[in-house]
Amino acid sequence: MEFLIITVIKLALIAFVLLTALAYLQWVERKVIAHVQVRMGPYRVGPHGLLQPLADVVKLITKEGVMPADVNRFFYLLAPFLAVMMALISISVIPFGGTIEVFGYRTNLELADLNVGLLFILAVSSMGVYGVALAGWSSNNKYSLLGGLRSSAQMISYELPMSLAIASPLLMAGSLSLREIVNSQAGFQLGFIPKWAVFSGPFPQIFAFIIFMIAAFAETNRIPFDLPEAENELVAGFHVEYSSMTFAAFFMAEYANMVTVCSVATILFLGGWHPLFPMPYSNFVAPLILAAAGALCFWHGMNPARPMDKYTLPVFGVVFLGLAGLMMFPPLVPALMPVFWFLAKTGFLLFVFIWIRATLPRFRYDQLMRFAWKFLFPAALLNLLVTGFLVALFA
Amino acid sequence: MDIFFFILFATIAVVCGISVILQKHPISSALSLVGVMGSIAVLYLALGAEFIAMAQIIVYAGAVMVLFIFVIMLLNAGAEQAAGRSWMAQLLGIPALLAMFGVVAYFIQSYFGNAGFMKFGNFKGGSAQSVGMALFTDYLLPFEVTSVLILVAILGAIVLARKELD
Repeated sequence: MEFLIITVIKLALIAFVLLTALAYLQWVERKVIAHVQVRMGPYRVGPHGLLQPLADVVKLITKEGVMPADVNRFFYLLAPFLAVMMALISISVIPFGGTIEVFGYRTNLELADLNVGLLFILAVSSMGVYGVALAGWSSNNKYSLLGGLRSSAQMISYELPMSLAIASPLLMAGSLSLREIVNSQAGFQLGFIPKWAVFSGPFPQIFAFIIFMIAAFAETNRIPFDLPEAENELVAGFHVEYSSMTFAAFFMAEYANMVTVCSVATILFLGGWHPLFPMPYSNFVAPLILAAAGALCFWHGMNPARPMDKYTLPVFGVVFLGLAGLMMFPPLVPALMPVFWFLAKTGFLLFVFIWIRATLPRFRYDQLMRFAWKFLFPAALLNLLVTGFLVALFA
Repeated sequence: MDIFFFILFATIAVVCGISVILQKHPISSALSLVGVMGSIAVLYLALGAEFIAMAQIIVYAGAVMVLFIFVIMLLNAGAEQAAGRSWMAQLLGIPALLAMFGVVAYFIQSYFGNAGFMKFGNFKGGSAQSVGMALFTDYLLPFEVTSVLILVAILGAIVLARKELD
């Protein structure tokens, strides 16, 4: 009973935080791309466009959902549902912090600690192909069919290097449970180099990390591998015929997939919630960053570039300083610090996703396939062989 | 709780299995087969074989069936017309089915007649470690022979594809 209540509370919390984060990830993406291209980005709805995601949600809900003629009704409606379900479900096995104790109840900071957690994520993400493929097929449109075909071929091809890249840090951790994988990366070498899989071990997994991230871009259909929705040849690919909430479902699935792959990369390669710096110093990083952000807000509030900044930026400054204070509050530090480090690493990887979208052009389809099979797959295989050999020799 | 999930997913597996045969459209049949694979994976999970359950989903539901659907979509196969059944199928279909069930039941009874009931979560050989151990000790020869077989299949596919290209 106790377990049930705690699980329901955690479920509600995680669902709320995740769904809000997905909406605001889109705001962050628009802002970052805008600033890369020397624009302002969303600025009208709310201060600095902060209410833009809310406005977008209202717009998408209230729009009329148009169903084109002669579609396969059942599969047409099943596809977005499948896509978003498979994207959201894998967050349930991701651990984002250690064990905490609230009012005498001890609980792990994750929903389910499976001992095959990693395989579960692989299984769910391999089922995610169905959403895109079915959407393309059932829409009765040649562009969406081409998009669906491209995406299923691409996801199958890139799943191979991705799985091989995942296998090599597993060899060093010796477990499939995500919590144990993170715990195997605790500690420091020589007192200052963290024992994350990218740095440590018999063979540093930096190549596996790069291969994993490249494959992750293809798995989530992001630029430079967003061939399934290449707008200059396929209009919008598999979701041409979707509108209103069904379109929003695909949109949400893309961002949820991004969050999942970034969390998995953090857990496998970047040591999960373990800090970058040794213990006494690592606790000061979060308050320092937040305080610096707060001070920066105040500074820009003093010299406002736009008339409203005089009022909005000091408010942000107060919020950041308050968060910095919260991070210093001794009873909360052991619970908050791991979550901070996990979110910081995942957030950085998400930023890399957005950064690359603002930087790189799209691949051609034959280049995409040739790259997967002739370079990425052999490279991942070689990396796995070397890792296995060195682990067998030294570990 | 376990028995509830067993009955639920066993029913889904059987219903999806019947639906594979009855559906007119190849994509519907293929997706019903995905449903069968998925619910069988849940049954493995209920027995305690979590590694095998996940492998079932990754390999069958995730990889094999995606390729099936990919090929169906590529060939753009439409709904099938119901052709009239031959007199042999009409006459002998149900008796032959019953006879086959009888033979299967007879062999199960005679070989596993004294087997007890399975308990949920009782199966201990389903972890990644024990599956790996079994593959690389007791079943090493079949494992290696299978890998050679798959290599032969890959080479065959390449030879066939090359002939098309030339």
